[in-house]
Amino acid sequence: MAKTKKKVKTITIDLDKCNGCRACEMICSTFHATPKYSSNNPARSRIRMIRDPMRDVYVPVYAGEYTGAECMGRDKYVIDGKEYDECGFCRASCPSRDVFKEPDSKLPLKCDMCEDDPPQEKPLCVQWCINDALIYEEKEEEVDEEEVKMEDVEIGLTSMIDKYGLEKVMDTVSRMSASKKG
Amino acid sequence: MRYAETGFNLEIDLSRGSVDRVATDLRSTELHLGGLGTNTRMLWDRVPPETEPFSPNNLLIFSTGLLGGTPAPGANRTMVTTYSPQTLFMGYSMMGGFWAPELKYAGYDKVILRGKSPDLVYLWINNDKVEIRDASHLRGKGAVETQELIKKELNEPNAQVAAIGLAGENKVYMASIEQGRSSASRLGIGAVMGDKGVKAIAVRGTTDVNVARPAEYIELCNEVLQYIKYRNENPVPNVMTILQGLGSPQEMLHVDEKWHTENFMWGNSRVRRKDFWNKEIEERWKSVQLNVRKRLISCYNCPMKCGAIISVPGYSTYMMKCFSKLTYTMAAFVDDLDFGFKIAQRATEYGVDGFSTPQVMAFAVELKEAGILTDKDFEGCPSDNEGRFYWLLDRIVRREGIGDVLADGTHWAAQKIGKGAEEFAHNNIKKHEQLPLKLGMLNPVYYLMYATGEKANITQIEGQFPQTPFATMEERQQFISDWIQVPDEKFKQIVLDWEFRGEHSNPYYPTVDMSVDIVDWQEMMHYVDDALGVCAGLSSFPLKPPYHIHNYPKLISAATGMDMDEEGLKKVYRRNRSLLRAVNVRRGLRRADEVPPEDHWKKRFPELEAKLLDAYYEFKGWDNDGIPKKKTLEELDLGDVAEDLVQRGIIKNGQN
Repeated sequence: MAKTKKKVKTITIDLDKCNGCRACEMICSTFHATPKYSSNNPARSRIRMIRDPMRDVYVPVYAGEYTGAECMGRDKYVIDGKEYDECGFCRASCPSRDVFKEPDSKLPLKCDMCEDDPPQEKPLCVQWCINDALIYEEKEEEVDEEEVKMEDVEIGLTSMIDKYGLEKVMDTVSRMSASKKG
Repeated sequence: MRYAETGFNLEIDLSRGSVDRVATDLRSTELHLGGLGTNTRMLWDRVPPETEPFSPNNLLIFSTGLLGGTPAPGANRTMVTTYSPQTLFMGYSMMGGFWAPELKYAGYDKVILRGKSPDLVYLWINNDKVEIRDASHLRGKGAVETQELIKKELNEPNAQVAAIGLAGENKVYMASIEQGRSSASRLGIGAVMGDKGVKAIAVRGTTDVNVARPAEYIELCNEVLQYIKYRNENPVPNVMTILQGLGSPQEMLHVDEKWHTENFMWGNSRVRRKDFWNKEIEERWKSVQLNVRKRLISCYNCPMKCGAIISVPGYSTYMMKCFSKLTYTMAAFVDDLDFGFKIAQRATEYGVDGFSTPQVMAFAVELKEAGILTDKDFEGCPSDNEGRFYWLLDRIVRREGIGDVLADGTHWAAQKIGKGAEEFAHNNIKKHEQLPLKLGMLNPVYYLMYATGEKANITQIEGQFPQTPFATMEERQQFISDWIQVPDEKFKQIVLDWEFRGEHSNPYYPTVDMSVDIVDWQEMMHYVDDALGVCAGLSSFPLKPPYHIHNYPKLISAATGMDMDEEGLKKVYRRNRSLLRAVNVRRGLRRADEVPPEDHWKKRFPELEAKLLDAYYEFKGWDNDGIPKKKTLEELDLGDVAEDLVQRGIIKNGQN
């Protein structure tokens, strides 16, 4: 298979440096608002603080892939004597929990590293974390072939299809498009 | 659509159990901005001056600020307003944390409580679903414990909860409202919450906060953030460590307490221990603090770390900020900081003010030593300093025995006890306990701020003008070289000319007029912050802050779409300042009440002090008794307020 070079964007998350302010959630939600920066709402953010101050648990987690079903089992991590929640490090937009979903439509959210035109120097959450709990790096890696990336609409449709079935979604789309034309 | 604010308040009548979502008038935002400004207007309009603090007719208002929950760094404050049981004037205490932004995201600018619930309840505000829920199972629970229990029972780890402890339930005048790492502690607002039968308010919000001119606003917010970063990397030189940076005093970070322990007073604000700090204590205190401190933490959308998670082995975890690690320790005359962290854990769960409470207890100890309180009053009390404070704290929050008298604070307790006890309540302004600080030479700026501050709490007034002169001309030049925050260049000249000794030194320099000007600037920034819901730690309180009179109008305009310039913002400040004065004047505040503690400075200058007050009132457009003039109020679009004061005969002969 042909090898191609791919730019890998990485955010290193230093939990010890996090002061729990949630600026990352705020700036993410306002960057992704339409029009850009017109509103903010941490519930729409693609980074979320998994946070339990009483146990000193502060874990910023990025929204990853949408998944239609929850895991068969759960894991608990104990690090330096501190217990982290089940799902505490998980990036999935998953039916088992309320994060990484649009609050209105419940459609899944996914971190896009703040793709922008012109491009941002770093994702906005990194820019706004002046305590350096989030550090951005880019490196090149050789990969087998360019992955096909799902668009936002496709992610949304996939979750709708999982929920209602392909046929029902197609029927609804045709009906809506017919009524729009009419 | 409304921008920055939601345009809706939540009105909750606890007597009737009704909940209403009420649209607000944009005109009120234009006149007062929001937060403390609109709270003051609401108290003026809706609560007659004869209302007792513990009357069902008293309002308890929880407010976000106009910029709260927007991307502006540090715009997270909750302004809580009511009539204070302690001063009987308007009580306004504020807290940071995460509660106010969450309320904005739920779709409300304020929660307004009136009436009294027959049973203990808590409120659950989940976007447009609002419930008044039974809290009988939470009676007597700790303020921190309650927050956790409610989040668990609602299965909402992301809810933000403001709660009272036992002190609030028992209407202790020092009762606080606790919320995460923050608390609204001063002036007994937790007692009013308890009187209304409300144990807690839990909020969860997932809707949008909108701004009017997005690209412009985010750029301005980013400039603020970048300036914070710059200031964190560039502390102000030639001033004490705790004055060098932004935020509230970094008491959770710093372990060197030589300055506080040797310059602030111990016990009932009387004893200075000049040689307290030594190598052994330094090592012990450092190890204690680092051992219990789990993490330095912030409030919503703020890069500072003014608070900390504190976990003392064997005690439940709590959060702390600022100065309360020392207040109990020093008031109790305990030489080990370990005691400070342990008793603060209990005090935080009880929900009491970490400033007033230790002083009330030290006051009781002094009264006992003076023979005014007796062995009978202290029956069962341990004799050691630590045990005695725990015992007193337990009695006070339960209002048991002597604790019932002390629970009303030093002023009212002294009145009740009599037998000369009044002399021992010596550290109050307007019946409210002050920082245990006693100084030598009168500072005219501080004299005015202490005397006239409506909140009767110095840290809510003081700010970004240096507290003392710089030693050399070089240092002065350096200080003013990047002082972009000054409203007027004339303030730089004052710093250049201010000396430790001679003609240009305290108390006659800064001159009377200069002092009034400086105080007006400090006050202006506080009133603007409190209307916008921005933390004083990033604005009015520290030297060279990121928010100032030059960028605030731009931020307000871009966020709200209202036209605002510096002159306009200054006028809003003057309006809010005089309105708050009018609220208190209507409740009896006069010049005679504007008195700092007699022993605050060793060297006092009655003639100069009178001149300072005269000039301050004149500058504000108030009469010589501190009552706003009719003309002043009319110019500030407060004609109806003037009319009310005329009707009541407070403004005499229709003019003053």
